[in-house]
Amino acid sequence: MSVETAQIFVDAEADLGYRTKWYTKRALIYGGLIFWAFICLFPIYWTVTTSFKIAPDVMQGSLIPWVDFTPRWRGWRSLGLSPETIFQTSTVREEFLKRFMNSVVISLSASMLAVILGSLAAYGLSRFSYRFGFMKNSDISFFFLSQLILPPVALALPFLVLYKELDLLDSRVGIILLYTLMVLPLVVWIMRDQFKAIPVELEEAALVDGLSIWGAFTQIVLPIALPGMVAAFILSLVLSWNEYFFAALLTSTDAKTLPVMVASQTGSQGINWWSMAALSGAAIAPLVVIGIVLERYIIKGMAAGAGK
Amino acid sequence: MAAAGQSEGDLLHTVASDHMSPARLQAGWSLLWFASAVLAGMVLAQLLYRLDRVPFGFENWRPVLYAYVFWAIALCVSQVMVRGEQGKRALFVLPAVLFVVSMVVFPILFGLYMSFMDWNLASPDGPKFNGLDNVRQMLGDPFYWNALKNMVYYVAAVMVEYAIAFGLALMLNTQVRARKFFRVAFLLPLMLSPVAVSWMIGKSMLEVRFGPLANLARLLGWDNPAFFSTPEIARLTIMVMDAWTFIPFMMVMILAGLQALPKEVQEAAKIDGATPWQGFWQVTFPLMLPVSISAVVIRIIFKLKLADIIINVTSGGPGGATDSVTSFIFREYRDRSNVGYGTLLAMVYLIVIIIFVTALLKVAGRWTRQFNQEGAG
Repeated sequence: MSVETAQIFVDAEADLGYRTKWYTKRALIYGGLIFWAFICLFPIYWTVTTSFKIAPDVMQGSLIPWVDFTPRWRGWRSLGLSPETIFQTSTVREEFLKRFMNSVVISLSASMLAVILGSLAAYGLSRFSYRFGFMKNSDISFFFLSQLILPPVALALPFLVLYKELDLLDSRVGIILLYTLMVLPLVVWIMRDQFKAIPVELEEAALVDGLSIWGAFTQIVLPIALPGMVAAFILSLVLSWNEYFFAALLTSTDAKTLPVMVASQTGSQGINWWSMAALSGAAIAPLVVIGIVLERYIIKGMAAGAGK
Repeated sequence: MAAAGQSEGDLLHTVASDHMSPARLQAGWSLLWFASAVLAGMVLAQLLYRLDRVPFGFENWRPVLYAYVFWAIALCVSQVMVRGEQGKRALFVLPAVLFVVSMVVFPILFGLYMSFMDWNLASPDGPKFNGLDNVRQMLGDPFYWNALKNMVYYVAAVMVEYAIAFGLALMLNTQVRARKFFRVAFLLPLMLSPVAVSWMIGKSMLEVRFGPLANLARLLGWDNPAFFSTPEIARLTIMVMDAWTFIPFMMVMILAGLQALPKEVQEAAKIDGATPWQGFWQVTFPLMLPVSISAVVIRIIFKLKLADIIINVTSGGPGGATDSVTSFIFREYRDRSNVGYGTLLAMVYLIVIIIFVTALLKVAGRWTRQFNQEGAG
């Protein structure tokens, strides 16, 4: 090898090593990410495919539709939601839709109520100084946030007895109130951060222009804080949609929610894998959609906790 | 914190002519007194009826609830009437405070009363005071102590979840394509209801004969994969399922923390010749400590409520090995409808939690402060 033919700029041994190292690092990162994405998504995939299986397919543990097994509407038919049964009357479907509507109404109203109560409280605490007896602002904030550590089980049995006396057992209102209580600390937490980030000068200007404090709040502050409120609302929605413990104890026929229905299917008469899969699939579908479409807000809501 | 001193004014100052006419003041006070009288009267009447002192009354306490709601509204209105601008400010916090007090403080006090009762909802006898019998029963109840011990294991598992979540957050924080896809995929487990997760994973995928995970385990050389037959493995399985749901939660918090880190510090470390390993342990990790601590603390708080998966997958079995306190009390109530004893167990658990979390927050606060001082010094 003569000096003339050699390249002028040679990659040093160390640099070449660096590039292979860079590639292995990328491969490792992508490998890890794809592996974890698989872990996260496979159970959902399994549920959806199982709802299209019939008994032998389940028993053989088939995985891939059209390759391992032929998809059938068996699971969805048992719910009354398959193409050929959708226009016929079906008691199972009515039952399912009733539970579904219960879940929708309860989680929407509870989140709504929590966001209203929580936002008002968080705004007040971030702007004015209060004094209820010995409690000052920081104590009141702590009082709200400390509800987070309250285990549901400590409230469940007293509420069982109290609701019985109040005739609120197995009623939507009773469950809505409890779920509101459950998500309220989260809403206060998220909204406190939101309001702190809004400069007071905005409201001062509004007050100078002749608005009252409530006018300034509704017309100036609320529109700015809206993304935070949406985040708080979505998180509350997810939590109250998925709640099982209170619903299992305090509802029986009228106000039963979807998770209770899913849970009560498992024990009885062996397991119809396909219909269970269809039921679970239908129960998680709304949240999967919310998760995909509104991911931004959910992350925003949860990240609020990281700041403090 | 400095702004929250003794004589501190409001952050938002308002100038208002707070001149209230005597008539308005009087109307406000009389409204409040009237509502209070109605509420007190209703409570008293209903109480007397329940104690068989008066022959007539309501069938249940619902009308008293309406009276309470009326009283709460009257209180809010009278605040504005009596205190003017100050009252309008109080109106921001008052509804939430009233709500939480009536939904938490009152039931907890009622729960304390229930704890010392022999109260079986299924029997027609109604509650009977039985002193410390419930406490004695609790002290001799091996299943309750076993459930408390399990909680220790479950809480300890949070550290493993934390390590995984941190790893995932680090990977997501690099320059990768399709980051949005990965974020959504990683977030999804958190969105699913624990009951559905119990069915999807616990019952279906871990099914011994044909579940895909059992098949995988057989492929990897575990001849007879039974995920719920021995206590240790069953507990581990529950931990894994719970981790699957909640790792995204910690991951998002840590990721948010990572993205808020100043880039300069990490680059400076790189220029100074730190290997990525050193860079992580000596720069990133210490900087992330406050966020990590709050993520772990919040996760522990959630972990202490763990129940849904256990109730639906193992119902505490085998032999109580997977029981959490919540699932144990749930079963205790389901099987014996003894609310008195169940409430006592729950109250004791509440006290344990309050002590534990207070201590945890103290320690966490000290760590964070220490770190801040080191950072400043």
